[in-house]
Amino acid sequence: MINIYEVTETNKMIAEENLDVRTITLGISLLDCIDSDLQRLNDKIYAKIYEAAKDLVKTGEEISREFGIPIVNKRISVTPIALVGGAACRTEEDFVTVALTLDRVAKEVGVNFIGGYSALVSKGMTPADELLIRSIPRALSGTERVCSSVNLGSTRTGINMDAVKLMGEIIRSTAEYTKENDSLGCAKLVVFCNAPDDNPFMAGAFHGVTEADKVINVGVSGPGVVKTALEKVRGENFEVLCETIKKTAFKVTRVGQLVAQEASAMLGVPFGIVDLSLAPTPAVGDSVADILCEIGLEYAGAPGTTAALALLNDQVKKGGVMASSYVGGLSGAFIPVSEDQGMINAVQAGALTLEKLEAMTCVCSVGLDMIAIPGDTKATTISGIIADEMAIGMVNQKTTAVRIIPVIGKGVGETVEFGGLLGYAPIMPVNRFACDAFINRGGRIPAPIHSFKN
Amino acid sequence: MKRTIITVVGKDTIGIIAKVCTYLAENGINILDISQTIVQGYFNMMMIVDTSTMAKPFGDMVDEMTALGEETGVQIKCQKEEIFDKMHRI
Repeated sequence: MINIYEVTETNKMIAEENLDVRTITLGISLLDCIDSDLQRLNDKIYAKIYEAAKDLVKTGEEISREFGIPIVNKRISVTPIALVGGAACRTEEDFVTVALTLDRVAKEVGVNFIGGYSALVSKGMTPADELLIRSIPRALSGTERVCSSVNLGSTRTGINMDAVKLMGEIIRSTAEYTKENDSLGCAKLVVFCNAPDDNPFMAGAFHGVTEADKVINVGVSGPGVVKTALEKVRGENFEVLCETIKKTAFKVTRVGQLVAQEASAMLGVPFGIVDLSLAPTPAVGDSVADILCEIGLEYAGAPGTTAALALLNDQVKKGGVMASSYVGGLSGAFIPVSEDQGMINAVQAGALTLEKLEAMTCVCSVGLDMIAIPGDTKATTISGIIADEMAIGMVNQKTTAVRIIPVIGKGVGETVEFGGLLGYAPIMPVNRFACDAFINRGGRIPAPIHSFKN
Repeated sequence: MKRTIITVVGKDTIGIIAKVCTYLAENGINILDISQTIVQGYFNMMMIVDTSTMAKPFGDMVDEMTALGEETGVQIKCQKEEIFDKMHRI
């Protein structure tokens, strides 16, 4: 039988250490909404999402009350719109109407984000893919809750450098379109290498074509819980350190598994995966960088950071894997800059640079995330940063991503405020040397030799 | 059996347990186990109860217990047992 100490431990995690379920994301396939008539397509999309998700927020709140655990976000992911809209959308404006429909239904059912305004172009782009990508700046500036992602490469296919070049321009253009709001549109746009089909986290969530009609995916969090657990083992060796992280990750993930099962049963939708990620927020005590400091670094970014993060990421996975029957998504430690007070402090102290962040992405769960750069950064430079990150993902057979915000009208030394969970960020300097000739070559980078496993 | 964990934390005053138990009795909730300590003047109680014979929805119990806690000057939480079971038992 459960004893008072165990109950107190759990409730302390929730009340003082920011343990929460970061998101319940309902994945909805829109493949059966495909229509050659644009109006009918939009009507079908609205109807399907509304019907599937009308009880999502209420169910999330009910589960939250039953177990006394906060469930911070309720979200929706849908089939990549480039696939769904291909038959009906002849122009960029046509695709924008679909984005508006997604935004409208998201507001109607009360979710805070809807992901899947996406294209999967790791090898090549169809005309529909390209139209969707070109419509992204207008789609994101004209909507509030729509998130967009583009998969630009994979270990199996190599890197689509034409799309990498295009996305550099699109990110700049999205920044221009939303410059009144500190280029906020770019915070809702992410590019991937090896994008997972079942990621519940935004901005990169979409409902892959390999998925069922509907599925519940849950993302757990809890950097503060790991940090507090590590405070008790200061000065101990790596074995003790790793065991502590592993046990804590187990406990955190079990909560996610429980919530996922409950949500699945209450909504009558199959359970997909638990994404066992350490996802920070700007709240004090909810920081991945603080864990790195607790492991023994003065600031995130100091020598030893990559090793500490590698260890953390691996132990989180090892603890979490046993706690859930299905794990997936991105699973590991996120290192967004603007969403993590410890990372912001590290940048402001001069401890953390873009290059060090790039090294960290080789061992963390995703990539360059929520990084504000000067507004005058060239599109080709952004494409170069993306290409580097895609190469890391391709060669290491892992998911990598870039969510970078060129803040129009601002430069190094200034700060940008995104608000809410997106936080604020000091603008970081970018290497000033050019890569135009490299980006302008065109074509694609072939798949690496270790992709041939047949 | 539907087991729920009730925790009461706050400054020790007269009649805390009486109030909680009265509420439980009035709502057809059976107490299975009680453990209680005082740490530095702070009252700390955990109850394991069976809510399978309770007539009202679980959410109402959560709200009413929270309100009762506010009246008495303590914090009362009701949580289904599974969250603790999942976290602390393999």
